[in-house]
Amino acid sequence: MSAIEQQGVALGGLEQAELPVARPTRRRMPTPRAAVLRGLGFVFVVALLVFMVGPLVWLAVRAFSGIWQYPRFWPSHWTLQWWRTVFDDKSLGRSMKLSFEFAPVVTVASAAICLPAAYAFSRFNFPGRRVLLVSLFATNAFPKIGLYISMAGVFYSLNLMGTFLGVVIVQLIGTIVFMTWIPTAAFSAIPRSLEEAARDVGAGPLRVFFRVTFPLAAPGIFVAMILSFLAAFDEAQGTFLVGIPNYITMPTEMYTLVLNYPEQAAAVFSILLAIPSVVLMSLARKHVMGGKLAEGFQIR
Amino acid sequence: MTDAQTPAGLLIDRVSKDLGGRTIVSDMQLEVHAGELTCLLGPSGCGKTTTLRMIGGFLQPDAGAILIDGSDISRLPPEKRPTAMVFQNYALWPHMTVFKNVSFGLRLRKLPKAEIRERVENVLELVGLTHHIHSYPARISGGEQQRVALARALVLEPKVLLLDEPLSNLDAKLRVRVREDIREIQQRIGITTIFVTHDQDEALSLSDRIAVMSGGRVEQYADPRTLYRHPATHFVASFVGAMNFYTGTLGGDGFRLAGGAQVPVDSLSSRTPGEYEIGVRPEDVTVSSNGDGGAEASVVREIQRGHYKELVLDVGGDEMRAFVAPDLPAVDRLRVRFSRGVLYRDGVLQEQSESPVAVR
Ligand SMILES: Nc1ncnc2c1ncn2[C@@H]1O[C@H](COP(=O)(O)OP(=O)(O)OP(=O)(O)O)[C@@H](O)[C@H]1O
Ligand SMILES: [Mg+2]
Repeated sequence: MSAIEQQGVALGGLEQAELPVARPTRRRMPTPRAAVLRGLGFVFVVALLVFMVGPLVWLAVRAFSGIWQYPRFWPSHWTLQWWRTVFDDKSLGRSMKLSFEFAPVVTVASAAICLPAAYAFSRFNFPGRRVLLVSLFATNAFPKIGLYISMAGVFYSLNLMGTFLGVVIVQLIGTIVFMTWIPTAAFSAIPRSLEEAARDVGAGPLRVFFRVTFPLAAPGIFVAMILSFLAAFDEAQGTFLVGIPNYITMPTEMYTLVLNYPEQAAAVFSILLAIPSVVLMSLARKHVMGGKLAEGFQIR
Repeated sequence: MTDAQTPAGLLIDRVSKDLGGRTIVSDMQLEVHAGELTCLLGPSGCGKTTTLRMIGGFLQPDAGAILIDGSDISRLPPEKRPTAMVFQNYALWPHMTVFKNVSFGLRLRKLPKAEIRERVENVLELVGLTHHIHSYPARISGGEQQRVALARALVLEPKVLLLDEPLSNLDAKLRVRVREDIREIQQRIGITTIFVTHDQDEALSLSDRIAVMSGGRVEQYADPRTLYRHPATHFVASFVGAMNFYTGTLGGDGFRLAGGAQVPVDSLSSRTPGEYEIGVRPEDVTVSSNGDGGAEASVVREIQRGHYKELVLDVGGDEMRAFVAPDLPAVDRLRVRFSRGVLYRDGVLQEQSESPVAVR
């Protein structure tokens, strides 16, 4: 890690040194200050890249490595052994299945609860609107574990501990901010006159929502759903607290894994955990930025 | 349009509306005949859009009623009203093609596919956009979007067509062309139309009648010629067209301006002597270089306007604007008279008879 970082810094320094020579070919005379700023910007981008991609590379290397002694930078031999270990363990398979059950259920439930609220936030000005909107952040502002522990008390008395519903509720909490704020912004971006025009040609309020408002807000809602799916999928603390011992999802399984297996197995498991994120994120990017909908939004 | 339709009359009957604690439209009375195009003309914030939105059903009047064809529609939601609106920003649905935009209302009415297709094609032909039938709104020009919005409103064959400053997003040339298109289409299908604008030129050139609004009231409701020649109030006179205003005294030998100049007037709305405010259109200020009894004036400035020339004159200390022939030779001193003037007292037109009488 530190070696790669050093490389990044060295590269940045190089660019910085070169800049005054390279700049005069540009249209305007560079001021020394601008050159320094540019150099700093480059260093920053490289550092960011190292911080974001570095750990992933590290993880990937780990997942395929055999014995790996500390002073050496590269593993001495490669193996698929850890993948076999992970796939052979029955409880791991079960946890994957559970994760893929919870995440969609939580996402749909969250959408059902939050989307109407988001619509109300964007279209009606009711008393306490702002306070409510901001207070949704509170669920993210406090340390989650405290919230979960106090929830656990309530769940015990409601017999929700160790139940499917209990896990859904606890995962739901982490999705509410995405599912409210992003769709609220998406709905607010739709000019009211588009809805009024639909009323004008004979569509009732419900029709207007499903034929005009919803399709236009869809990219935002789609992004919110993906983020919620991932939030639910990755949620570990609350699920651990409420779900155990009946419902052990992938992230909670990580705890056991780290304790019982060499860290290479954990690396394999993290990669498996990351696959849905990567797939969904690239899906979101393609849909939102390249689609016809984005094109349609370029009206004046 | 495909079906013959009987155009309807619109009656706005003593309608009032308060918004945000202010009276935006107060006790408004307006009758639009079937097939007529009426402009709501007035400065920004005078309540034009508010009035239009009440007709369309997007706002509920606080008092009064709105009648179409004699039946009260003021409690119906927009989707139940026989009105169609063209929004100022056109409000085309960006996720639908031109065809989908125009056919949306027909599809809601569950008409047979073939009929929908035929009606959409007909109306697109009417507005000259058949070649864009499968384009998305973002892909066509502003003028074309405007015509799609018009087509979307017309295809439903509404009894009343509502247009809210539909031309304000277009450049000057296009604005003139599209307004002529709109007028032509409106007359062809004979649809009762309310057209909102704050552009007096637009109003004068396409209306059957114009309602000049100010502060939520109708100041005057008349055809363009009457409005221009006999503005009922000082406000209308100054808002529609250019007008010179002077306070002074009407006597036996003309109008004495406050600055002391005595200007002969050929034709006046009233001849009763007394204190008045006189309004004179720049084209009604006649200038001559030989002394035939007009008031003395010096030329302050000349502005070439193309097909005419504007003179800024000083008449005994009062500024006066006159429109004259573009080839009038430049001189320093002139004599002026008013070929026509309208008199106001307390901002209200003082009119004696239909045919104004000369005072010399
Ligand atoms: N929902 C509202 N709440 C409070 N005030 C409003 C509301 N809608 C409009 N108004 C006010 O009513 C007045 C008239 O508005 P309106 O839109 O009818 O003006 P307009 O004649 O169409 O003007 P413009 O030519 O600028 O479009 C404005 O002063 C506006 O601020
Ligand atoms: Mg307006």
